Amino acid sequence: IRAAKSLLAPREQEELEDLPNDYPSSTSEDEGDSGGERKHQKLLEAISSLDGKNRRKLAERSEASLKVSEFTVSSKGSGERLVLSDLLEPVKTSSSLATVKKQLNRVISKKTVELPLNKEEVERIHREVAFNKTSQALSKWDPIVQKNRQAEQLVFPLIKEQSAFAPMEHVLNAWKARTPLEQEIFNLLCKNKQPVTDPLLTPVEKASLKAMSLEMAKMRRAELQRARTLQSYYEARARREKKIKSKKYHRVLKKGKAKNSLKEFEKLRKTNPAAALEELEKLEKARMMERMSLKHQNSGKWAKSKAVMAKYDLEARQAMQDQLARNKELTQKVQVASESEEEEGGEEEVDLLVPDAVNEAHMTADGPNPWMVRNHSDDAKEAEIQKDSEQLPEPMANEASESEEEERPVAEEEILLKEFKESQLLRKMSGLNQDTKPVGRQETEDSSTQEVLSKLRGLSQKLNKDNHQCRKQNMGSVRTVLSTQREGPAGEEEEPLLLQRPERAQTLEELKELSKEGCFQNEELPRPALEGQQVERNNQPSAPKKKRKEQMIDLQNILTTKSPSMKSSAVPTIEELEDEQERKQKQMIKEAFAGDDVIRDFLKEKRETVEASKPNDVDLTLPGWGEWGGVGLKPSAKKRRRFLIKAPEGPPRKDKNLPNVIINEKRNIHAAAHQVRVLPYPFTHHQQFERTIQTPIGSTWNTQRASQKLTTPKVVTKPGHIIKPIKAEDVGYRSSSRSDLSVIQRNPKQLSIHHKKQLKK
Amino acid sequence: MKVKMLSRNPDNYVRETKLDLQRVPRNYDPTLHPFEVPREYVRALNATKLERVFAKPFLASLDGHRDGVNCLAKHPKSLATVLSGACDGEVRIWNLTKRNCIRTIQAHEGFVRGICTRFCGSSFFTVGDDKTVKQWKMDGPGFGEEEEPLHTILGKTVYTGIDHHWKEGIFATCGQQVDIWDEQKTSPICSMTWGFDSISSVKFNPIETFLLGSCASDRNIVLYDMRQATPLKKVILDMRTNTICWNPMEAFIFTAANEDYNLYTFDMRALDTPVMVHMDHVSAVLDVDYSPTGKEFVSASFDKSIRIFPVDKSRSREVYHTKRMQHVICVKWTSDSKYIMCGSDEMNIRLWKANASEKLGVLTSREKTAKDYNQKLKEKFQYHPHIKRIARHRHLPKSIYSQIQEQRIMKEARRRKEVNRLKHSKPGSVPIVSEKKKHVVAVVK
Repeated sequence: IRAAKSLLAPREQEELEDLPNDYPSSTSEDEGDSGGERKHQKLLEAISSLDGKNRRKLAERSEASLKVSEFTVSSKGSGERLVLSDLLEPVKTSSSLATVKKQLNRVISKKTVELPLNKEEVERIHREVAFNKTSQALSKWDPIVQKNRQAEQLVFPLIKEQSAFAPMEHVLNAWKARTPLEQEIFNLLCKNKQPVTDPLLTPVEKASLKAMSLEMAKMRRAELQRARTLQSYYEARARREKKIKSKKYHRVLKKGKAKNSLKEFEKLRKTNPAAALEELEKLEKARMMERMSLKHQNSGKWAKSKAVMAKYDLEARQAMQDQLARNKELTQKVQVASESEEEEGGEEEVDLLVPDAVNEAHMTADGPNPWMVRNHSDDAKEAEIQKDSEQLPEPMANEASESEEEERPVAEEEILLKEFKESQLLRKMSGLNQDTKPVGRQETEDSSTQEVLSKLRGLSQKLNKDNHQCRKQNMGSVRTVLSTQREGPAGEEEEPLLLQRPERAQTLEELKELSKEGCFQNEELPRPALEGQQVERNNQPSAPKKKRKEQMIDLQNILTTKSPSMKSSAVPTIEELEDEQERKQKQMIKEAFAGDDVIRDFLKEKRETVEASKPNDVDLTLPGWGEWGGVGLKPSAKKRRRFLIKAPEGPPRKDKNLPNVIINEKRNIHAAAHQVRVLPYPFTHHQQFERTIQTPIGSTWNTQRASQKLTTPKVVTKPGHIIKPIKAEDVGYRSSSRSDLSVIQRNPKQLSIHHKKQLKK
Repeated sequence: MKVKMLSRNPDNYVRETKLDLQRVPRNYDPTLHPFEVPREYVRALNATKLERVFAKPFLASLDGHRDGVNCLAKHPKSLATVLSGACDGEVRIWNLTKRNCIRTIQAHEGFVRGICTRFCGSSFFTVGDDKTVKQWKMDGPGFGEEEEPLHTILGKTVYTGIDHHWKEGIFATCGQQVDIWDEQKTSPICSMTWGFDSISSVKFNPIETFLLGSCASDRNIVLYDMRQATPLKKVILDMRTNTICWNPMEAFIFTAANEDYNLYTFDMRALDTPVMVHMDHVSAVLDVDYSPTGKEFVSASFDKSIRIFPVDKSRSREVYHTKRMQHVICVKWTSDSKYIMCGSDEMNIRLWKANASEKLGVLTSREKTAKDYNQKLKEKFQYHPHIKRIARHRHLPKSIYSQIQEQRIMKEARRRKEVNRLKHSKPGSVPIVSEKKKHVVAVVK
């Protein structure tokens, strides 16, 4: 059976387990049985009884003596011994006896009835229970009470009552004509069939009144109107635009769109690099699509027809070329790790990912640093110094490059994109040859989106190249274009866009060099003279030397104004700026108070106060007493010495050892009368209190809105409005659903059964 | 040559219509407006002084009763209507805007002990020394009708107080026991007792409307639950409590006006210690009523004055008195929280402003902002000695003033004695009892 049990599902096991109970007498027989055959039969029986139909079949009785040996009743297989209790078991479980036993138990457990509690005690317990209940019910108000107590402002009445719309007949219902005059009038009205108590409004009217307020309806109508007009307007416009046949118009339109999207991309790139990256990914996807499709290949029907025409028709040839160019463009990779420098590409990536503020330091290499720009505007002279310091400004370089390559064919896109590029100046370096790279690549296209994509692609490519080449070429470009720069310094200064962005020293070696040479060249000629030299030197072939010279001059100038370390630090810090401001401030103050010697004044004042605070000697000499007196005669020194009472020296002053402080030891009682002596209650620290006092709340010091906010009264009541007690429904609680009255009537002055039970406990 | 000129956009300084205020550009640079603290201090000082100058709280006196005013009731729907019951059994209904009596009823023989209005404002109830409870219509009798009560219930004992349920047609009376009545029935639906002393006042809780509070002459305050028809708890104080009043915004807070010159604010869940003991009166406090905002309450005292207490302060912020006002028996705060009415022994009902220096009527927006600003300034600098002194200064009649001095001395003596006892006894043997706990004798469950 056990084996079967383990095999059967738990549900079936249950049934199996209560089998022995059904046949209580058979257990002993089981034990006696030793044959596997019988066991098997039993199992079959059990399984067959599982379906429940023939479950009640009685086991057949067999003679025990046949199977049990005479000497022992033990069973071999299970190894269990027969215990006496096993034999007694049926007695216990028999149902007829169990009931009797239950009754017996009940009789035994019953005790004598306890005396009921005296009335007072019962009442007391009752009260206690009721009190606990009530106080629990009341504690739901705790959060609301707390909130109201701490509220910045409470406006009463708490719930604004809507002015109820009471129709005439409702008002009139309660009214009855009493006086003879009233009755007369009433009769007259009735005679003329004027509505007195009849509903003055039809049900439909009532419903409509309830449905929507007038303002709501008006607003909704206005909204709908506006939507309708807008729709019709857009429809008309679309129709109009559709009608236009001019190809040029559409081309221009497309271009405009392309331009816009380019701009947007640029903006996005500045503000949200992640989104820009996504845009780039889109590009990549477009490329993949293009590579998969045959759209711009030569194999299409149109392309083939054009190919035939191409020999004779210039336009067709052009179109073919366009298409191929498009294909090429679209299939071009976006990011080119050119010249085996993977770093650069990586850097670019980082640039895209990291917000501008973070990689400011990196950006400064090619973009206008806001700090530096401000410096320029602040101090023109310094700007000049910086400009001269290392490298040339970019616009200049650009111009130069353009002038160099004017002969090259410039595609129309170049012009179109010029603005975009200019906005891109931040990123662009003084790359010379790269500018014209995408020439001839971009042509007119059929779909504007593709155009945009391709342009973006081109740009990004160019940027990559620019970026990684910039550093190499920086120096070179400096040298080559220096002459032009020197020639027109005045012209430079006029243009506001000429952001004189100094190229910072980027490597450690350079820095060292700079500092060294700075020291080295300290005693050199002043600047104007040197400039002349430079012009000469520009022509010299030895570029590195020239560069050095430049730096020397620059440094010398800087040393007079600023510390070189500050100058050459990798990131122009805020301190620099602050320093400068401070200096300016100091200068200004110095100028303003040129004549004053504050320190001496202070010392003098201190001396005076110290003197004044010393106790005075008392001179009791009486001139003319015991000797001659008169004009020109003074009492003798001896006498004066004798009658002079020296004042005792007071305690040492608190500021005796503090040279730049005067401590007034006399408390000013006039001021003290207005001062708070003890920290008032709700404050825990004097600073806290002082802060509250020191923040002004008036409109003299605050904007209107702020002062309004600061002076909001704690409790606002409206005149003429009745303030009702707070209600549970108002604050979102469910009020007790049953009315108090009904509860009382249900259980007037008696304890409920529930309570009695509670009392017993 | 380019000439640089100052050019300004007229939009910045020209107003659009002549009804607009002139645009005044303002530079809020703190360096341009120095001395903010001293300047605000001076403003606060001036505001405080002006407040005292304009503190004229007394508005009107309603005379007409021929005996002391014993009870007052507010109309639940109309701010202008007030009901009062006098010691000669007369009930008057007053119009506050016209300041005259609009109706007079001879309601009872002997005192009118209590008066209350129905929650809807259509009728009111009175109880008197003639053992009756009467219900009256709020509107006067029609043409040619007699002035008669709607219902009259004759009880077995004298009723000393009455209060109406806030939502339903139930009212509660007190006397020998607290009875709860249905308006439609002539016998109480349940009556609750605890002890055998006469109960002087009973009040329904305005928020949890099944709760009642009563105070009896055996110095106790008993709370009842109407739904379970059982008393809940009882607290016994030093002396008798004359009335209690529930806070209309905080369901479990009530204030008791006590004979021992103090008022006690209790949290009904913890009766063993009052939340606050309010002391300033120099004689028994006879009545108390909460402001509908639940932030303040007013108390009437036998010392011929009424005082206004903030709920969370133990000292009063205001005291009102006039030469002619005698013992004030009843006081009510109007339901717009702007006025206070008090009825006194010498047959008058007086109308006061709740804020002594408040300007009545409609305020312009500039007045309003100035008022708010001044109020905030006063609050901000309230701890400064000069301002504090001026703000706290009140003129008191000599009787009250001397009483205060006397009681201060007595109190000081008591305190000194206590301190001495504490000092000269074995540490721990004399317990230190806080002021709050001192007055609670016991809490009976």
